[in-house]
Amino acid sequence: MSDQGMPVLSMRGMVKTFGSVVALSDGTIDLYAGEAHAFLGENGAGKSTMVKIMSGVHQPDAGQFMLDGHPAHFGGPHDSQAAGIAVIYQEPTLFDDLTVAENIFLGRQPLSRGRRINRREMNRRVREIFSQLGVDIEPSRLARGLSVADQQMVEIAKSLSREARIMVMDEPTAALSRSEVERLFAVVNTLRQRGVAVLFISHRLEEVFELCQRVTIMRDGAFVTTKPIEETSVDEIVRSMVGRDLSALYPKSEYEPGREVLTVERLTREGVFTDVSFTVRAGEIVALAGLVGSGRSEIARAIFGIDRYDAGRVLLNGQPLKGGSPTRAMEAGIAFVPEDRRQQGLVMDSAIDHNVALASMKRLRRGLFLHRAAESRLARDWATKVQLKFSRLSDAVNTLSGGNQQKVVLAKWLASDPHLIIVDEPTRGIDVGTKSEVHRMIDELAGRGMGVLMISSEMPEVLGMADRILVIREGRLSAELPRAQADETAIMRAATGQGVAR
Amino acid sequence: MSRANSTSSRVAEFLFRFREVAILGVIIVVVGLTALKTPAFAGLSSIQQILTNAALFILLAIGETVVIVTRNVDLSVGSTLGLSAFVVGDLYTHHPGTNMVLAFAVGIGVGVLCGALIGVVVTLAKVPSLVVSLAGLYVYRGVLNIIGIGVQIEPTSIPMSLQKIGFLNVLDLPWIFVIPFVLVIVAHYALRAFRANRELYAIGSNPTAAELAGIPVAKRVFWAFVVSGAMAGLGGVLFVAEFATVNATAGTGYELLVVASCVIGGVAIFGGAGTVLGAAFGAILLQVINQSLVVINVSPFWDQALAGALILVTIAVDRLLTLRVARAVRLKEEASHG
Repeated sequence: MSDQGMPVLSMRGMVKTFGSVVALSDGTIDLYAGEAHAFLGENGAGKSTMVKIMSGVHQPDAGQFMLDGHPAHFGGPHDSQAAGIAVIYQEPTLFDDLTVAENIFLGRQPLSRGRRINRREMNRRVREIFSQLGVDIEPSRLARGLSVADQQMVEIAKSLSREARIMVMDEPTAALSRSEVERLFAVVNTLRQRGVAVLFISHRLEEVFELCQRVTIMRDGAFVTTKPIEETSVDEIVRSMVGRDLSALYPKSEYEPGREVLTVERLTREGVFTDVSFTVRAGEIVALAGLVGSGRSEIARAIFGIDRYDAGRVLLNGQPLKGGSPTRAMEAGIAFVPEDRRQQGLVMDSAIDHNVALASMKRLRRGLFLHRAAESRLARDWATKVQLKFSRLSDAVNTLSGGNQQKVVLAKWLASDPHLIIVDEPTRGIDVGTKSEVHRMIDELAGRGMGVLMISSEMPEVLGMADRILVIREGRLSAELPRAQADETAIMRAATGQGVAR
Repeated sequence: MSRANSTSSRVAEFLFRFREVAILGVIIVVVGLTALKTPAFAGLSSIQQILTNAALFILLAIGETVVIVTRNVDLSVGSTLGLSAFVVGDLYTHHPGTNMVLAFAVGIGVGVLCGALIGVVVTLAKVPSLVVSLAGLYVYRGVLNIIGIGVQIEPTSIPMSLQKIGFLNVLDLPWIFVIPFVLVIVAHYALRAFRANRELYAIGSNPTAAELAGIPVAKRVFWAFVVSGAMAGLGGVLFVAEFATVNATAGTGYELLVVASCVIGGVAIFGGAGTVLGAAFGAILLQVINQSLVVINVSPFWDQALAGALILVTIAVDRLLTLRVARAVRLKEEASHG
């Protein structure tokens, strides 16, 4: 297919700089009608900049940008849309307060006499598009409360109604369940049959192999290669993306576990989890595995005191920890890195150094006031230790990439010098290269004698990092597997309840 | 899910989407309760009085709603109204016999200028409208003080043709109320029926997404402030018609009552949701309570405390309904996923 005809979209040697930062030095890609094309690279590799050029948000400084063989110049998002390009952003871009149908037809609502919006016609057309996609969403309901998967369907329906020929999907599967991913893939295949070119950005390589026909890889703002999917492998792709081997992804060292840091005894929360007991030792990484919704995160939240529990107890260094108060948990020496770092882990508009120092305020106090010099010393120290990529410590956290934001969260907790650190999905939505850095940091934590409790849905991460794996199924501990005995099958069996290996 | 549960969640969803109905209900209840003690409260002249008092606030609430749905706020409307009123009064004082159409045009023109100025600063300098319009509140009032210090425009300067609007009725409704009322209907419909106006809601609902969707955000927000200014300008003319006397304090403090009317009327203070009709009902409700307190002999000092309480209740109920609707949606989804 890659040899057939003219590409619908072609970019060659695109350059884009922001001040002194070169975001893109050689952006190159060809998209053909009817293909699903994977677009891969670490965060900061220039993918987002390329997408923003396609969507008209950014104007390139140099390079050749052709649509159907004709040069394209976009003054803004409007031009891009008019040219048939649609971007399904990772962050939902729907208007909660408008109906689903209005979201789809915003600015192009069917009109009746006097240029008034014809709602009936609008809802009818939306129903038609949804039925083509095999999706069941009521057009007249408000967008508020739609699941992420449904929001994406609304976005796709919007681009279809615009007769988009090029659809860019920016990490669409990051927040979807398996069945939702399958529905999305079915829809993508429908789109391909209609001759739409789909540019698919994902950090999950297995999905890329499942869905895409070709793959383009970028690194450090420059094009690396484009290949048909059958001529490449996961290993090769990862090497191209990061310039190093996959084995470097899980830098697991062996440490002698020390005393018990965390002891959880018969912890129960009515209807959520039941009779959960386990320990975490110093220098040990313990993974909580299990299906999404099995109660893993809830157990962690209860330990940290965000949620209450009905029975059982939690001991830290042998001392009982009263539940229900994160402040108390922090004082006792527990750190919690939540899954949703934007919402729960960071003050996004605040500077890097403030964020890093946030959990160490007590130590940085001088009388009633904050010791600013100590704060910035602490932040500089930790930013270096976690290899944070930043220009100034006083920059707001939201200027950083996802992986670097996660490093700030980790640095914040590391600076507070905890006994136990709980990490919930530490690498979700983070590119492969930064992932291995986060893994290295987690490994180092264990090496410094902290206990680590890690929650992860990514099987390789669990297998690669954990000393022991606790599998949770429907709120109960269904298996405890030491590293040596753990493999993917054993975990999946325990997680789904086929044969118990306790 | 039990049937009772699904019915109540449907009621919640209905109230959430059609808040106007709920507020109208509250108005009727308050009028009814007051009428139990003083039957005359539900009588024609009392209602005329309430509507007359509410008229200017309803008018300002139209413009304020248009601004608030875009996630902005216009605190300058009271000062703009005062400035417009004074300029119109001054015009009549120095040029008796000025055509009434011209008087309206001048008043609205002053308002449009004031609104446009705030709109320009908000959209070009990207300063939050709370700050800009607060500055507007003081600057416009300051200008008014400079030109109007010690000046009292007397009823004798204001032609009867204009004053008639203040006291004549049409179909038992005071003219001064009919003008805002008609505008409410028009604006309510227009906000639903036209593309550009739907974009106002989109901007307030998600400003970033609105930019990405290619909506001319700055242009729309600018015009929202112009509409708000125009309403305040028109309000100034009606102020002259109603009171026939103007000094530099005209319209002082109106802005907060107007914002309160909008919030009570279901206009989301962070934009994206709310209707002009709701805001108008909110303005009427505030007047009803005000008059009701007079009638049942409660100290008028309670008036503001009650208005505050009402705002809190509205927000609480709103929040409750939001949660309720979100839960209903979730249950529905879980049910449909088996």
